[in-house]
Amino acid sequence: MNTPSQQFEVKPKLDESGSPIGELLEISMGPHHPSTHGVFRMDVVLDGETVVKLKPVFGYLHRNHEKIGENISYLASMPYTDRLDYLCSMTNNWAYALTVEKLAGLAVPERAEYIRVIMAELTRLQNHTCLIGFFVQDMGALGTPMMYAFREREKILDLFESVSGARMMCNYMRFGGVRVDVSDEWLAETKKVVGDYGKFLDEFETFLTENEILLARTQFVGVMPKELAISASITGPMLRAAGVNYDLRKVDKYGIYSRFDFKVPVGEHGDIYDRYMVRVLEMRESIKILTRALADIPAGPVMDPKAKLRGFRPKAGEVYGRVEGPKGELGFYLISDGSPNPYRYRVRPPSFINLTILEDMCLGHKISDAVVILGSVDIVLGEVDR
Amino acid sequence: MLGEQIIKGMAVTARNFFGSYVSKERLTTVQYPEERLVPKENTRQFPFLVYDGDDAEKGLRCVACQICEKECPPQCIYIVKSKDKKPDYKGQPQLYPLTFDIDISVCMSCSICVEVCPFESIKMDTEFELSTDDRFAGLLLHKQDLAKPNSHYHQVHAQDAKDSDAVIAGEKAKAEAKARAAAEKARAEAEAKAKAAAAAAAPAPAAPPPPAA
Repeated sequence: MNTPSQQFEVKPKLDESGSPIGELLEISMGPHHPSTHGVFRMDVVLDGETVVKLKPVFGYLHRNHEKIGENISYLASMPYTDRLDYLCSMTNNWAYALTVEKLAGLAVPERAEYIRVIMAELTRLQNHTCLIGFFVQDMGALGTPMMYAFREREKILDLFESVSGARMMCNYMRFGGVRVDVSDEWLAETKKVVGDYGKFLDEFETFLTENEILLARTQFVGVMPKELAISASITGPMLRAAGVNYDLRKVDKYGIYSRFDFKVPVGEHGDIYDRYMVRVLEMRESIKILTRALADIPAGPVMDPKAKLRGFRPKAGEVYGRVEGPKGELGFYLISDGSPNPYRYRVRPPSFINLTILEDMCLGHKISDAVVILGSVDIVLGEVDR
Repeated sequence: MLGEQIIKGMAVTARNFFGSYVSKERLTTVQYPEERLVPKENTRQFPFLVYDGDDAEKGLRCVACQICEKECPPQCIYIVKSKDKKPDYKGQPQLYPLTFDIDISVCMSCSICVEVCPFESIKMDTEFELSTDDRFAGLLLHKQDLAKPNSHYHQVHAQDAKDSDAVIAGEKAKAEAKARAAAEKARAEAEAKAKAAAAAAAPAPAAPPPPAA
């Protein structure tokens, strides 16, 4: 078993006479390698099949998100936040709306808060489900688990579509509430989907959790020690899998999360298996939150009457708002100078920061493990490159 | 036993596979061009312009205020205002768009134009099969391509269309009430004026004679 603390010399092995046996192989994986989850490149140096050096190269999907945000109005940035992490547009919307609400001092009506929690937890469910599908596919389980994951994810995306109009690019939250109210039929439908989700998770877990191949491929692979995780400011399931109990839903208690009773699953070893398990348990906690929120949702308006759609100008100031996205801490930093456009617009993307320690996790493992480690980090290149 | 869990996993696969022959729920694939899903109530694809009545030119609700052009995040709307004015549904003279183009190769279907429009004139369509072999001119929709009757809006988004009609009817009623009130006021004023004029013209017999000093 190799741990990242072990030092690997970037030198070929020598025979008795001091001449090298074979040589190091430098290969460029990506940007269109099927396992890199998008347009991402890893420059890896291999000794045989073992990774001795790894350099992540990104920026292939750079779309100038932050600069565009400075040149358009606050409202017009909202659909662009969908395109950051295109699997969880609802939490992106929430993070941005939360930040602007903080800046402009808008209150959010009770019903809208409940809808936001429901949407965010549904997003967490579908993101974790399809992530597990992806990274099991990276291990070579071609198709089957991913198809089951996608089948379930599609049910949640249908819910998103029927309320917001789009499956993935929801563009649903607004400063001071949400765009459209949900109907009673929608709530009933959601209750049904959430009620069935536990059954699906049981099936999925029978399928994967104790599978010998999955255990062999994931246990003690890509170990990330607690200290490294904290010093590299890793957040989200990655950090919790390393054994740090840090969840912004508990720490910040943004929105109405203080009203819900849920546990924060924490891993022990910080290997890939822990990351998988933390995500599965997190989904089970999400189901608990959803059941409670769907039962408690009150009637009422969904928009703050003070909120203005056209000609929105928050007062000058700077603000940082963050939420616990499915991938980690998603933050927005805004500086306003009182004009209709933000003076500075900056995103703190969880995928990007979680990716920075990829080399530390991969060193000493086989190249095929590096692919699985990358899969377990849960990156979306739209957010990494912005 | 080594491999036990793999066999259990295989059982799950088998259950799903054979289940798809007997249970509708497990058979989730829709054979797209032959089978189609009913679009969801709020589904949005690309914008269109609503017009009332039969004449697209005359009944177009758009008054070329250019708010959507300004707010559009990817800046895909291009509007040229008219020089002259035509009456809108309230009877007020309003500008109208000489040119209204939407480049749907740029549009990202965010529906911000719909939200900011104060005149209920731009709405989202559910049409998505827009592929064409002409990627420049074929995807640049002009006013005549975008204009669709209100009945089409009722067809694609029944509830929203009803709400939108209610808003317009409310506005119209308000305008009519205002016009009526203004007319009444004008008539009352005219009457008062006429009375005053008549009173001034006639000798003042009604006026009480000044008390004798």
